Amino acid sequence: MRVLTRGESRPARRTLRLPASPALRGPGVPVLLLPVALLALLALAVAAPGLLTAADPLAADPLNALAPPGAGHWFGSDHLGRDVLARVVFGARHSVGIGVAAAALAVTAGLFLGLAAGLSPKWLDEALARSFDVLSTLPELLLALLVVAITGPGTSNVIFAIAVAQIPNYARVIRAQTFVVRHAGYVEQALTFGRPRLAIIAGHVLPNVLGPIPVLATIGLGQAVIASSGLSFLGMGPQPPAAEWGAMLSEARNYLRVAWWEAFFPGLAITLTVVCLTVVGRRLQRRFEGRTS
Amino acid sequence: MIKRLGTGLAVLWAAATASYVALLLAPGDTVDILVGDGPDTPEIRAGIVAEWGLDRPEIVQYLSYLWRLLQGDLGRSYQLQRGVGEVLATQVGPTVQLTLAAAGTGVALAGAIAILTAGRGRWLRGAASAAELVSVSVPPFLIGIVLLSVFSFTLGWFPVSGAQGPQALVLPALALGLPIAGVLGQVLRGGLERALEQPFAVTARARGLTERALVARHALRHALIPAVTLAGWFTGTLLGGAVIIEVLFGRPGLGQVAMLAVTGRDMPVVMAVVLLSAVAYVAISTLLDLAYRVIDPRIRG
Repeated sequence: MRVLTRGESRPARRTLRLPASPALRGPGVPVLLLPVALLALLALAVAAPGLLTAADPLAADPLNALAPPGAGHWFGSDHLGRDVLARVVFGARHSVGIGVAAAALAVTAGLFLGLAAGLSPKWLDEALARSFDVLSTLPELLLALLVVAITGPGTSNVIFAIAVAQIPNYARVIRAQTFVVRHAGYVEQALTFGRPRLAIIAGHVLPNVLGPIPVLATIGLGQAVIASSGLSFLGMGPQPPAAEWGAMLSEARNYLRVAWWEAFFPGLAITLTVVCLTVVGRRLQRRFEGRTS
Repeated sequence: MIKRLGTGLAVLWAAATASYVALLLAPGDTVDILVGDGPDTPEIRAGIVAEWGLDRPEIVQYLSYLWRLLQGDLGRSYQLQRGVGEVLATQVGPTVQLTLAAAGTGVALAGAIAILTAGRGRWLRGAASAAELVSVSVPPFLIGIVLLSVFSFTLGWFPVSGAQGPQALVLPALALGLPIAGVLGQVLRGGLERALEQPFAVTARARGLTERALVARHALRHALIPAVTLAGWFTGTLLGGAVIIEVLFGRPGLGQVAMLAVTGRDMPVVMAVVLLSAVAYVAISTLLDLAYRVIDPRIRG
């Protein structure tokens, strides 16, 4: 007969093999090792790309165009003879940089708007909440395109566009958290002691609504990287010859038949980045939910 | 139901207003955009201002914009000098085709994967959730590029671009449908596994129902409930993804129109596409709301 409950379905011998240290007992610590290592490598590529490759990502060498991966070019060379490895490494700064900047902007704005909505009188809260709703009915990419139509293409405009599209996600969660926190005992107590409103918001409300943010931001960062590569793929992001993963893929599209490596490596970079962020985000989420429930 | 319609209308009004505000925020003079590369004299400029009614106060322009929207008039394209409605009407077909095909592919794949792997061995489930993880982490255009290089360039099974015949629809629909299958598959499998552990499942098994009949008759309905709440995400992924997929596969459609309009700063067209997607969102979420009532008899009332 099949096993009915989740608890029973786990084979008992697994617990015997686990090391005694409680820090390692949690499921998936080894699973986390690889994504965290890859994300560290990515951070290194953003901070100091020169350490990972000696080649210049913009140096064209037409005589060596579309060279397959080999000793000279580990990841091959593109249609202008530029080193694909160098472009992938330096591209991290654009692709991940845009994602980080957009996510940070969205978190900050979402935090501000969510707090404002949660602490405002009812009519203002309603108005803000409705506008978050309307913004989130529009597809993220179309909203970003609308913003780019206004501002024109370019790195900072894409950051702004992605941030605008993501703000409602954060604002909604913060608003809901604020509702919970504003009636908590410590806030009531601080109010009775007559502490200034702003000090209470900064000292008591803010730290306590931040709980879900790390999880949301990790997953949101992955989504922002996808959105930024998508917008760059459409030619809205950093302009050529800048190395950006989405833009590299857009160029590589024309050489798919002859040079798979020109598309493969930037594609792999995007995929690994987002997969790692998603895995880490979900793990954080599980831990967070475990703590609160 | 009436309340539902009211909310829908409010969302549409807000979307129209938001896109109108976007138009106001757009830098550069509308007259400059309309003059374009053509002859530029004060008389021509005055003519344009009079023709488009740009000399009226903004609030009047806004109200007349809303009034024209109510009558179904979406305005005129700056670039194409044709009615926006007319431009979009010719392009809606291919996009609807693509999104429906992608939605169908995604739902069918998700259902198949969920039913085949729910409650099965660890390896099968692990493989399925790894595949789902990758499919939600890869942007649709990358899936499209991979599909293109394998099935079009290497195997030659499908055309590289265009929209001629059902053959040309296969790869775009797959590229757009796979991320949906990934997310939906996870939710469905989670729902199925939870449903299969509930008392009613035990009762059904005790009555001698086969596992397959249990899934089909009882568990699937429960698993569908959380899936329906993904409607907003679902619509957004389809409509947003369609833009990129159309550009990648060289398919005609709303996405291509939107792209051209964004590059050419053709605001009336951009606004109309945004509005249209809001309409699609409202329509789809209302439909799914109705579906919800059919699936879950507890909230019928």
